[in-house]
Formats: sequence, structure tokens, C-alpha cells
Amino acid sequence: MEIQKAATRDGYGKALLELGKINPNVVALDADLSDSTRSEYFAKQFPDRFFSMGIAEQNMIGAAAGFAFSGKIPYASTFAVFSERAYEFVRNVVSRNKLNVKIAGSHAGIATGEDGKSAQAIEDIAAYRALPNMTVLQPCDSVEAEKVVFKLADYKGPSYMRMHRNPVPVIHSFDYKFEIGKGEVLKEGKDVVIFATGTLVHESLKAVKILESENIKVYVVNIHTIKPLDTSLVIDLAKKTNCVVTAEDHNVIGGLGSAVAEVLSESYPCIMKRIGLQDRYAESGKPEELYKKYGLDAESIAEEVMKIVNKKR
Amino acid sequence: MTKKELILELKGEAKELRKEIITMIYNAQSGHPGGSLSAIDMLVGLYYYKLRIDPKNPLWEDRDRFVLSKGHCSPSIYVVLADKGYFPKLELEGYRKIDRMLQGHPELSTPGIDFAGGALGQGLSFALGIALACRLDKRNCNVYAMIGDGESQEGAVWEASMAAAFHKLDNLIVILDKNQVQQTGKTKEIMDIGNVILKWKAFGWNVIDINGHDMPQIVKALDKASKIKNKKPTIIISNTIKGKGVSFMELNHKFHGKAPNDEEYKKAMEEIEKIDIRKFK
Repeated sequence: MEIQKAATRDGYGKALLELGKINPNVVALDADLSDSTRSEYFAKQFPDRFFSMGIAEQNMIGAAAGFAFSGKIPYASTFAVFSERAYEFVRNVVSRNKLNVKIAGSHAGIATGEDGKSAQAIEDIAAYRALPNMTVLQPCDSVEAEKVVFKLADYKGPSYMRMHRNPVPVIHSFDYKFEIGKGEVLKEGKDVVIFATGTLVHESLKAVKILESENIKVYVVNIHTIKPLDTSLVIDLAKKTNCVVTAEDHNVIGGLGSAVAEVLSESYPCIMKRIGLQDRYAESGKPEELYKKYGLDAESIAEEVMKIVNKKR
Repeated sequence: MTKKELILELKGEAKELRKEIITMIYNAQSGHPGGSLSAIDMLVGLYYYKLRIDPKNPLWEDRDRFVLSKGHCSPSIYVVLADKGYFPKLELEGYRKIDRMLQGHPELSTPGIDFAGGALGQGLSFALGIALACRLDKRNCNVYAMIGDGESQEGAVWEASMAAAFHKLDNLIVILDKNQVQQTGKTKEIMDIGNVILKWKAFGWNVIDINGHDMPQIVKALDKASKIKNKKPTIIISNTIKGKGVSFMELNHKFHGKAPNDEEYKKAMEEIEKIDIRKFK
């Protein structure tokens, strides 16, 4: 059977449209990227509830906050990196006031590829994670993205949802029960645990195949909610393995790796490796080439896992 | 009440509230007197004459909204809200103090506050969102927002200006408190914002230009602005004087964000007391 593929942004667009049909309070805003973020599906069906904000991200976030203050449920989408343009608006107008704004940043990470450094957000998780009241989510496939969109409609408070450009395998079925703040163990193991988020969930699952041939038993956990982090699961699996790897298409500073390290350094220090961008920007290229060059592909992950497991032994 | 009586009453309110502004900043030994004094006449026009509000029901869905984008002028809105009964006057004594309600810059948790300001250039976008939501819900209300002239140096003000005209928001009324001075000097010398009448007209807005300390002009402008429904947002350019009413604070950037000392406080209160409201403008 051929594996079905779809991008998380596709899930976003699809779910937003469906949500619009059942919830009249949902409004959508975009900054001239609605074709890329897929908010155009909603825009076409509900032109009265879609607001074109032009290439003006600060104004979009400020207006979204005004909608939230008025009892609407605004989803504001653009590229992850450009949402950062409005960071101080998010800080002072959204998170400071705990307003119910759903920020959706697409084309995150170096997987964005050919567009190069300017479009490859590798610091957004760190930025949003540092804001009090902010929930930070990164679905790993289109089904999970749909679940996130629906779940957020019932969740009151500021959130940032990180999405991706490229199709990835759909690993969830529609009966998947998604819960904000709960990590998902995709694979049971013994020797080491990989906490992965977003696109690197798939690379980590591929790495498992390589590692199994080396007789290394790996837990793979999908961390779709980076904040609030599922700390009990992180500590539990750290205790079981004494060997922790994090994997993300993001700078190793401030992202999932930092979040996990913060918890473990206080609660259960153990050996750990953070896989991600090593505090540098990438470049133009095909996503898979970039993942290989910058150490985010399955082979690189497997290599790092082997190193850390040997260290433990 | 005749129009003349109304104007005199509003002027009397403004005079009393000027004293309360100075007193609360003096008590806190912290705060922004200059911009609060330039804005207060317009705030009186809004809260004692124009706004459709209910202090007993601050979040009434059909109320007119007021967004104070220049949040550092919090004393001016706090004295108005306290006087209107949104919260006890006693709270004014706790301004800028720990464990008290009235924060240095407004927070949404304070009854009557429709925008948490403090970071310039953000209120207009927020007001835009509210105005779009009110229109979507077919609410018969207006959204007012006050911005500063120094604040107009923020690019986001113009993003919001463009968007409000694009979205044809004739339920949005902006007041530019053009008090000519900002933190480190005259606005003309820090970053001249140029001809704001032409700029806002070019951005697609109705423009009303008034003396923002002259109560008859304020009342007239608010009446006009709230009634124009021509698919365009309206701005009232309120020409004011920073520190108005206290001679040594007038157009003096040193009193942008500085509290008066004992001597200055005494002198300021004496000067405000001496204001002849019949001649004040």
C-alpha cells in the first residue's frame, strides 16, 4: 500500500474550512499568503469572515486581538518567519492580555528549502515559548494539524501553531485522540528515547529502522505540544532509558531541545543530545539535501543516537 | 440643559479632572502628566457627552468602545473612569503601586478599559479588529481610538490606517492628540510627521481638524464624526498643547514622563484652580 502524504498546512486549511461551517464565530486573517497557508479554502467559502490584511503582519496580529476581545475566534496565518515581524504585538497585545488568538505560522524550518534563509524560521518556537500564557504546537502530519485546528477552537488563550510546506507521511488516522500538552509515544523502546517534533518525527521513525539493525531499541515520542511540555512523560522516559535525544527542525537554542533539557536538568539529569540547527542559518536547496547537510535526516539522527548510546554503555 | 450649560459643565469637569491627574501622578511620584493634560478635554467630551456606555456594565456588547492607544496617558482615563463609577475613586491613590489595580499603563482587567496600551502604535490595529467584529455582528456602535503625534512615527499606525480605509470602516473614529511634544523634544525635531491632514486624507479617511482644548469644537467634531457614514473611517486631528493648563509643563518635554515635586505640585494645583473655564481653550 502506498503511504498517503500531505503537508501540515493542508490539514490547517481543510480543518479551518470545516470549522467555519460549524462555528460562526471563527474568523480568519492572512497577510497575502492565503494560498500558501491554505487559509484560502476558508476565504473562498466565507468571504465575509475572511479578512485580507495585506503584507502587514503587525496590523494583522493587532486586529486579530481586537477580534478576540470582541468574542470572535480569530485564526491569523502567515509564514512562521513573518509572524515574528509582529512579535512585540504578540507580546503586548495578545499574550499579555491572554487573548484568544490562534497564530498559524507556515513554512517553518529549513524544510522550506529553495527560498533560502529568509523564509526558513528556525527560531520561532524559542520566541513564542518565551511568552507567558502562550501555547506552542507543532503537528507532525496533516491529520494531526486538523485535530489541532479543531481543538484550538475550544481552547481559550493565545496559541502558536507551527506548520510546514512539504508533504509528509500521514501517520495518524482520523480516530486519533489528540490532546494539547500530551506527548504521543509512537514507538516503544528501551535504550534511548527520541523526543521529536514536526517533520523530524518522520526522520526519527526512519532512523529507528537503521538503529534496530544495530540492536538499539528506541522510544520515539511525538511532541506536538512544546509548551506546555508533557513533563511527566519526559521525566518518565528519561528514567526508563537514561539516554535522551531531541530532534527538531529548529535552532537547538530555545526549542524543543531546550525545553526538554530545562525539565531534565532540574528533575532528572541524564545524558542528552539535542539534534537541530546548531545555532546557524541554512541555505537554499532541496529539503532532503538540506536535512542531510545540516544533520536532520534519518541517517544523521541514527548516527547521533548510536554515539550517545555508546556513551551510556 | 442648553448647549451653553452643557459646554460649561464639561469644561468644569475637565478642570476638576486636571487636578486629579496631577494629584495621582504626584502621589505615585511616577507617571506622564504632559500627555494626560493634553488629552483630558477630549476624554471629557467622549465620556461625559458622546460615548454610549454603561459604567455598571463595562463589557456591554453594544457599547461604544474607546481604545487609548497612547497608554502612558493612563491617568487621564483613570480619573474619568473613577469619576464615572467604573471603580472606586480610592483606587486612584494606588496608581502605579504594588498589589493595587491601577497599573502604570492600562490593563484589560481594569473595569472600563478596552485596550491595554503602553507599547505605542498598537491600539489602532486593535480598534480595527473590534470595528470589524462589531460590523460583522451588525452592532450599532462606534469604536473610538486615541493616538499621539509622536506615536504616529510608528509604521504600524499607517498599516492600520490603510487597512481601515480598505475595509471601509465608518464605525471607526480616531482622535489624534497632536500635542506637539514627545519624550525627548518637539515632535517636529525628533521626527516630523508632516502634514497629517493631507496624509490621512490620502489614506482615504474623513478628516476633521480642531482645537482639542476648545470644548464647543470637541463636541461638534464628535457629533460630526459619529454621524458620518460614508464608508470611510474618520479622524479628528485634535490640536493640543502637551501639559495644557500648567504653565511650566506646557510644551515642555521634561514633563512627558516626570512627576511634579512638592513645590511643582503646589504650583500646578494653584494654576489649575485659577483656570477660568469660560475663557479656557
